[in-house]
Amino acid sequence: MPEAMIRLEDVTKRFDSTDQSAVEGLSMEVADGETVVLVGPSGCGKTTTMKMINRLVEPTSGHIFVDGTDVLEQDAVRLRRGIGYVIQSIGLLPHRTVAQNMATVPKLEGWEGGRIEERISELVSIFDLDERMLERYPSELSGGQRQRVGVARALAADPPVMLMDEPFGAVDPIVRERLQDQFLDIQRRLQKTIVFVTHDIDEAIKIADRIAILNVGGKIEQFATPEEILRQPANDFVRKFVGVERGLKRLALMKVEEIRVEDGPVTAPGSSSKDALEELARFDFDWISVVEDGELLGWVDRSGLEKAERVSDVDPRPFSAYVTGESTLREALDSIVTSRTQVAVVATEGQRYKGILTLEKISKEIVT
Amino acid sequence: MDLFGAVWTWLTAAENWSGSAGIPVRLWEHIQMSAQATILGALIAFPAGVYIGHKRRFEFVAVTVGNFGRALPSFGILGLTYTFTLNWPGNIGFWPTFIALFLLAIPPILANTYVGVKGVDADTVEAARGMGMREGEVLTRLELPLATPLIVSGLRLAAVQVVATATLGAVAGWGGLGRFIVDGFSVGDDPQIVGGALLVALLAVATEVGFGLLERVVTPKTRSQRSAGGRRVLPGPAIGSEAGSAS
Ligand SMILES: Nc1ncnc2c1ncn2[C@@H]1O[C@H](COP(=O)(O)OP(=O)(O)OP(=O)(O)O)[C@@H](O)[C@H]1O
Ligand SMILES: [Mg+2]
Repeated sequence: MPEAMIRLEDVTKRFDSTDQSAVEGLSMEVADGETVVLVGPSGCGKTTTMKMINRLVEPTSGHIFVDGTDVLEQDAVRLRRGIGYVIQSIGLLPHRTVAQNMATVPKLEGWEGGRIEERISELVSIFDLDERMLERYPSELSGGQRQRVGVARALAADPPVMLMDEPFGAVDPIVRERLQDQFLDIQRRLQKTIVFVTHDIDEAIKIADRIAILNVGGKIEQFATPEEILRQPANDFVRKFVGVERGLKRLALMKVEEIRVEDGPVTAPGSSSKDALEELARFDFDWISVVEDGELLGWVDRSGLEKAERVSDVDPRPFSAYVTGESTLREALDSIVTSRTQVAVVATEGQRYKGILTLEKISKEIVT
Repeated sequence: MDLFGAVWTWLTAAENWSGSAGIPVRLWEHIQMSAQATILGALIAFPAGVYIGHKRRFEFVAVTVGNFGRALPSFGILGLTYTFTLNWPGNIGFWPTFIALFLLAIPPILANTYVGVKGVDADTVEAARGMGMREGEVLTRLELPLATPLIVSGLRLAAVQVVATATLGAVAGWGGLGRFIVDGFSVGDDPQIVGGALLVALLAVATEVGFGLLERVVTPKTRSQRSAGGRRVLPGPAIGSEAGSAS
């Protein structure tokens, strides 16, 4: 594992007005380029933990290191300029245009105009923003647009570290999913070190390299990959938090290409119907995939073959749905249960036939 | 009809527009006194309001002074300061008038500055800080621009109150437009009383309108298209309107 980019050592925060600690003895490491998601019930200290990293809150005791240096030994302003910060309400400057908002940190850093402009058009393309939006004011954007501008602004000076406190909390599920997809896409390219807070366990599972499930007082109940948390919840608290459908959630994490697909009945247009019928019977199916030089043409059924001489005499019918290697097992499962034949056909991009998936096969994957 | 005609005659009489006691001289005295008192009041109230609003410290001071301002007995202050400023240099009545007006100017400016700065959305301020703005940058790039309309409206309230109240200075022996009214009373010259009052009212209205225009100009844009009533950008209560109704 690479050197930790963020390291918390026995960090405690007690606010003056309270005798209970908001965070008590928290230790954790975030590796360079890793996305760690903090989840936990309201008031468990997620925001406090995050704010201690950029010194908006000073810890009562303990140490926090960013890139190997104790944050308390750095100038708070310098530290923050190197850490992108996004909060749920985003906090765009209402009297500045979108472009001016995105230019905030570069401007504070004294970049010259040309370089700022260049960076803004770069951000526009990274975030797939509408150019015309740049001259608008925050009050003239939709919620989803505001979120994207908020994240783009935080990334403007290309900080190695990002702190994101429920950045997608205030938008509807459909927009949120799009923002998450875009986030993943961008993160794959930029490889920032990210601490991300959310209430939504599904969001955590989707975007995290590792998830820290926190209990009241910032107590870590489990700190592991999404897959491990779903497969082996450390305790009842985690099990409850992860909720029902653990199996389905795990399926959503696995790609079809990660497992071995099964063989299914296959024939070629040039084969005789007799051979095709035999192949079909071998699998106890009443339909068969037609594949020519590895390319999936469609399927034909038993009654069609029985009336024909050769497979090519029957027009293959296209599959209404098939899954690719990129699909998740959850999508494959959906394809299986909604198909009449209870089988999902697997093909890659470009219709290269790979095999089939059945319910038993998928079920075996999560049981083991 | 009779009185109106007489007032008109008084207002247009050439002899009233010349000499050391003419309308231009009195008007200029009035404006000068009002400007000095408002500016000095602002020099004290504005920094104090900015400090209290930004730091959120000593907030009770801003609140107390703001409330006190509405009940400020200008006439009482005039009388109170009259006796012990008698030996001060300057024209008779200058200091009592100046002190009373200066004290009158402070509360609305202090209260509006404080509310304007404090009223900037806390999340926006936190995000700005989190991005690495220094305290001074938070103030100059965020809090002050957004607070400007409310601050100017505080100035407007102060200036209008000061202009109206400066009339009292004549009671203490100072000049200004109040002279016409006070002298008019002493000799029973009704047209002069009404004429003087009209001039004061006109000056107050001009002040109101002038600052109103300024307020429009300094209000930061938060929309790309101009929209009806788009000048209200600030959340938060406008103490201004309260103080205004009490004067
Ligand atoms: N400035 C503060 N002064 C006093 N107590 C505070 C302050 N900020 C947070 N707390 C307390 O610290 C605890 C942790 O708060 P924190 O905001 O970190 O929770 P959170 O996990 O982010 O919750 P949520 O999911 O609701 O955002 C809470 O009990 C909260 O009331
Ligand atoms: Mg929080």
